Parts: sequence; C-alpha cells; structure tokens
Amino acid sequence: MIHTEIIGTWLGAALTLFIFSFLYKDNPFYKFAEHLFVGVSAGYGVAMEFHNVFVPNLWKPLWGGNLWFLVPFAFGILLFTRFFSKIAWLSRWSIALIIGIFAGIYIVGYAQGDLVQQIHANLLPLWQGNLFSFIRNFLSAFYNWLTFRGSVLIWLDYTKNFLLVVGVLVSLVYFFFSKEHKGALGVGAKVGVWFLMVSFGASFGYTVMSRMSLLIGRVYFLLGNWLGLIR
Amino acid sequence: MKEKLIKIFEALEKMDRRIIFIFIGLAVILPFFIPFGFEFSVSPPVQKFYDSIGSIPPGSKVLLSADYDPASMPELYPMHLAALKQLFSRDLKVICTQLWPTGSPLAEMAFQEIAVGEFDKKYGVDYVNLGFKEGREVVMVSMGESIPKTFPTDYHGTKVEDLPIMQGVKNFNDVAMIVNISAGVPGTKEWVLQVQSRYHIKLASGTTAVSAPEFYPYLQSNQLAGLLGGMKGAAEYEKLVGRIGLGRRGMDSQSVSHIVIFIFILIGNIAYFSMGGRKKK
Repeated sequence: MIHTEIIGTWLGAALTLFIFSFLYKDNPFYKFAEHLFVGVSAGYGVAMEFHNVFVPNLWKPLWGGNLWFLVPFAFGILLFTRFFSKIAWLSRWSIALIIGIFAGIYIVGYAQGDLVQQIHANLLPLWQGNLFSFIRNFLSAFYNWLTFRGSVLIWLDYTKNFLLVVGVLVSLVYFFFSKEHKGALGVGAKVGVWFLMVSFGASFGYTVMSRMSLLIGRVYFLLGNWLGLIR
Repeated sequence: MKEKLIKIFEALEKMDRRIIFIFIGLAVILPFFIPFGFEFSVSPPVQKFYDSIGSIPPGSKVLLSADYDPASMPELYPMHLAALKQLFSRDLKVICTQLWPTGSPLAEMAFQEIAVGEFDKKYGVDYVNLGFKEGREVVMVSMGESIPKTFPTDYHGTKVEDLPIMQGVKNFNDVAMIVNISAGVPGTKEWVLQVQSRYHIKLASGTTAVSAPEFYPYLQSNQLAGLLGGMKGAAEYEKLVGRIGLGRRGMDSQSVSHIVIFIFILIGNIAYFSMGGRKKK
C-alpha cells in the first residue's frame, strides 16, 4: 500500500514536471504527458460509463427479464447507425428523443429558475425605509466619507439597489439593436458598456485567481507530498 | 531621460515571456517557506454558506453533491473537506452523490479523511456515498421523484434500502439542504435551475473562481443560500470552520502572485501606451 502511494506520488510529480516543461518550450516529455492524460481520461470515462450506466441501467434489467428495456436498447443501437451512411438517418430518432427530453427539462428550468426569479430579484425599491431616514443616513455616510471615517461600503450599501437596477437597464439598452445607438439610447448604451466592462474585469480577476490556485495546488503537491519540504 | 525610458519600454515589449513565468513561480513558491501572514476577512457570501449549514437542526440529512474532478482539486477539495467538517461537527448526516464520474474517488477520499479520520463516523449510518450517475439534469429531476430509484445502489454496490441512513429518504423533501461543490456543468447552475427553483430547497454552493461571478445573481436573488468562490472562498470558510487546509496555506502565495500579476499588467500598460499607442497615432 505504502509502495503504491510512493509510486503514485513520484509518477504524479514526474507528469507535473513534464507538463510544466511546456513553459520553456514544446518538447517530447510534454507531448507524452499530454497524450497519456487524454488516453487515460478516455479509458476511465468509457469504463465508468460501462459500469455505471450500461450495466445497471440496461444490462441488469434486461437480464432480469424486464423486456421494456428493449426500447431504450433499440434506441441506443440506432445511434450506432451513424457509422453506416445508407442507414445513418435512423440515428436521428434517438437524437430527436435526447434533444426533446433535454429541451423540455431546460426550458422549464430556465423559465422557472432564471427568467422569472431573476426578473423578480431585480424589482427592488431604490431605497428602503422612509425618505427622511434615508437622507439622514446618506448625509451621515457622506460625512463619514469626507472625514475618512467610513468606507466605500457604506455608500454601496445605500446605492446598491439603485446601481443594480440602473446596471441591468443600461446593459439591456446596449443589447437593443433595433434602433441606432444615438441620443439618449446612445448614452444609455455607453453607460451599459461600462457596466459590462466592470463585469468582465471581475470575471477576469476571478479567472486569474482560479488559474493561480491550480498552480498553487501543484506547487504544494511537489513541495509537500513529493519533496516533503513543507507540511 | 525620455529616450532612456523609451529604451526601457522597448526592452519590456520584447521581454521573453519565460521571465514572467519565473517571477510567478517565485511568487507562488517563496511564501510557502517565508509566510507573509496576509490577513483576510470573511466575506458575506462565505458567512452565509457557513450560517446556512449552521441553521440546520442536528441529526438532519444533507445532500452533498461533489460535482468536480481532480483538475479543480486545489480550489474545491479544501471546500469539500471543510464542509464535511462543519456537517459532521453539527452531527448532520451526509448523503453524497456525484454527477461527474471523476468525483467519486474524491468523495471517498474526503470521507476517509474527515468522517473516518477526524470524527470516527460510521458508513451507512452517518454518511453514504451513492456514487456517480450519468444523465446530468435528468438525474436531478429523477432524484426529485425518488432518490433510491435514481441511485438503487451505493458506490460500493450495496442496496440503498439496506443502509440505515437512507431509511425515510424518498426525495428532496427528506433532506434539509443541498451542498453543491461544483467545477462546471453539470453543477451549481443546474442545481439552481432544476432543483432549487422547482422544489424550493435550501442550496449552498462552493465553486471554482472562474465560475463564481456567474452565480452572484443567484446569491442576490436568494436562490443560493451561500457561495464559496475559489481558493479565497475555501480559505475564508476554513477560517470559520477552524481548519488549516490548502485554502489557508495557499493564501499567501495567492496574494503575492496577484501583486506580481498586477505589477506586470501595470508595466505592460504603461509600456503599451508609451510605445504602441504612440506608434498607432
């Protein structure tokens, strides 16, 4: 067991270094690791699908005498007709079934979960509480900002609903192509671009963080699990 | 002076990208040996994630869907371990499923480390790994009808009706909440659209940083009860749970590497606008 773990760690470390070697330039070690990864992933996927899908969902029920499962079996076989040009059209029956089921599930999901819920979540009061307390709190936040006692967060707390609603509206204006972006529409579209840019910037920042995390994970593996330099 | 600056910018423009790689490599490696001890606070989405699990009565059953693969382990495995720690420390029972085939061995590893290693929990009584099931959204919808019919056996081939933890579990009505650790599709978005919106069950999610911005609207609309985004989210959550894992250990490297990238972007832009921009004009 211990030997297996040690071999696994050394193998993992070697393959990690092979992949990292691409940072210098393309080389046979990188190519080897890349091809090995693709091959192992495909093999693992096929074995997993066979044991987790084909055997329990089709083979066992059929073997147990449930003849209803001949229907999905037939549809499954029809998919392979794509390999024979003369009868390839038969595979469309299976594909139509798959697309029909997934389209049905997706449409309901998107309508319920995205369309209705997200529109509902954007129907917000631009400020909460009465006007006087809003003005008092707003002035207080302004005072804190002037005296460096508060932070931007206080401002954002009061203006977040307003920013959200305005952001949604101007972003939608940007994607309204039925009329030329001139005048008020043009101004709205330009502000919309700024909101979109902020959103892209946030996404890019998160992407950088994600990629660095993967590097940190590999470095931690090399320095800790493999070399034992860190704990 | 001006010519000197232009020469520097020209040199920067022609700089070998491998020099940047060396800087990034050092920024990641050095903090492991020389900790900088950057402080970080817990953000509201992470606090919500923690509180959402904290509000469940002890003894309840929680569905944990580990929908990720080894490629996203540095970000998601620390979350997975921390979530298990919080769940077991609150004496909650964990039913684990996977919609990614490569998630099954990771779920097993996580249970071994936390359930067996730290809490001495019993398989089949306190936790169960139902394994992977192909079918993406169809599996989710099918679980809404019947979890035992969707997963007739667990990861080890045992019939679910023989497992004490599965007694009384028919569908989503019988679990207190869903915790989803997600690296992509199928993952958090699908759980929100197919399960949360249909069955109105409490759903909290831990995702890779790449996909986190996509899920903030769901957090704002309360479709998600909490959100952990990337290694930073994992580190904050580990802080709340009281665990020192890769999330917290990696934060110094994360911060230093971000500073290095920030400096390079800044230098690159200065060089571009001083040289490239002028050339265009």
